[in-house]
Amino acid sequence: MSPSLINFVYIVASILFVLGIKMLGSAKTARKGNLISSVGMLMAVVVTLLYKGLDFKYIVVGLIIGGAIGLVAAKRVKMTAMPEMVALFNGFGGLASLLVGWAEYEKIRGQGFLEYFTRQDAPVIFTSTVIVLAVLIGGITFTGSIQAWGKLSGKLGSRAVIIPAQRLINGAIVGGIVLLSLLFIFSGNLELSSGTQLAIFLGVVLLSLALGVLGVLPIGGGDMPVVIALLNSFSGLAAAAAGFVILNNVLIVAGCLVGCSGLILTIIMCKAMNRSLTNVLFSGFGSSTQKTGAEVKGEMKAASVEDAYYVLEAASSVVIIPGYGMAVAQAQHVVKELGELLEANGCEVKYAIHPVAGRMPGHMNVLLAEADVPYEQLVEMDDINPTMPSVDVAIVIGANDVVNPAAADDEASPIYGMPIINAHLAKTVYALKRGQGAGFSGLINQLYFLEKTRMLYGDAKATVSALVGQLKED
Amino acid sequence: MDIIQLLFIFVLAAFLGYELIKKVPSQLHTPLMSGSNAISGITIVGAILALHTDTGYFALILGFLALILATINVVGGYVVTDRMLAMFKNKESKK
Repeated sequence: MSPSLINFVYIVASILFVLGIKMLGSAKTARKGNLISSVGMLMAVVVTLLYKGLDFKYIVVGLIIGGAIGLVAAKRVKMTAMPEMVALFNGFGGLASLLVGWAEYEKIRGQGFLEYFTRQDAPVIFTSTVIVLAVLIGGITFTGSIQAWGKLSGKLGSRAVIIPAQRLINGAIVGGIVLLSLLFIFSGNLELSSGTQLAIFLGVVLLSLALGVLGVLPIGGGDMPVVIALLNSFSGLAAAAAGFVILNNVLIVAGCLVGCSGLILTIIMCKAMNRSLTNVLFSGFGSSTQKTGAEVKGEMKAASVEDAYYVLEAASSVVIIPGYGMAVAQAQHVVKELGELLEANGCEVKYAIHPVAGRMPGHMNVLLAEADVPYEQLVEMDDINPTMPSVDVAIVIGANDVVNPAAADDEASPIYGMPIINAHLAKTVYALKRGQGAGFSGLINQLYFLEKTRMLYGDAKATVSALVGQLKED
Repeated sequence: MDIIQLLFIFVLAAFLGYELIKKVPSQLHTPLMSGSNAISGITIVGAILALHTDTGYFALILGFLALILATINVVGGYVVTDRMLAMFKNKESKK
């Protein structure tokens, strides 16, 4: 098959990616959109196999091994572990782009520069630049995603970690990367030997990997939705950079689409927290327990499941506000059962979803969808807030910062200005919490000290199950 | 393909990506993220092309590793996204 025909099929594949992403943006067509984009991917892969001179035994074995691992992992992962799975896949994609850039560089070294560039119609400086970019972005994506995976799965601790002189170290690494990259790009002009050039290249690889680790280290679990969206964007850009290395249009188009859509998602997440991207990335938010300016009045009043049952039984409208605590306790199924029982009791039940509740964009929607909660009962923050004052009971399940009234009225609070779900306006509030600790931000939540609030301590799943049991006895 | 053409494509794709998802409801953020993550596995094409018969041994190993990783990204990404969206779908059919 001629290269121009192959390129034509790449264009068709690109169109399918565009369509796929477009359709992912609406609930009705999302699944079909994902299918269309996977068909595009299949076409791109199959037509690539028609290039001359490929080494098929490695390709077949690689496809089988990778396909089997990907399939098993994706089939077996629990919905509650979804954020870390996506982070891990994303990291692999980034590393793959790094290796593609590296493999091409090896080819150049093998053939010698002159030989290679008489065959390519790209100038040396351009190709060197994009090789560095593919390695840099791919490397950051890989270790950053692995770090995010570790934080999300609890293997590395989800707190933000501040190491001394962090900015100095990061600054030194960035400076080192810039310096080595420039040396690498202009190595031809500087007449550096091939060995020196290789050493410089390996330096860029190592520093990029280090930057990914150190970049995500000071970011805490609650800011993960932003980080994951950003790393997703990076993996696309890494693929696009690899596309420039091997002068391949489908890598450039698809990678760039992902890079851009990921970036927009990142911005949406930041807006939902009313924080800038710089603040999320560099502030070490949530690394320590901060004191708010306001005095906390009142005390936390614990209640028993039985008390809550009597109140809920009499309620005519209930809003359930889930957060990361629901995901940790894997309580989504019993929560849904609770909702159904309340409805059967003649009560109106709604679920209020904060855009950054949980650990990845749309986290709560996925969990509640898994538990089969009817889609029309999920209400977004801006739609639920006006109705909150007329709600009888707000049940907060493992959410903390996203319902902290300090964000609305305490100017000294670090989360001041973040839009919240106005749980504090409901007539009665029940907050399910494991213990007395603070949320991700390390802040004391004013909501728990209100006169109308009652705390239900313990594992969210156990507490909700107990409530369900009480309601069933009716 | 000369470079200017490729850069041209890149810029157009950037605008397209932006226009495509300016307004996505938050309930679709996860599938969108996971679905676009699968698309970023397009680097699989680069990995395949790296596995030439005339490549040196070391470059072959690099390409082979890249292929395995990219395939995990692609297959895993699409399957996970489909699983998620299937759950969303159930709601509508039951209604």
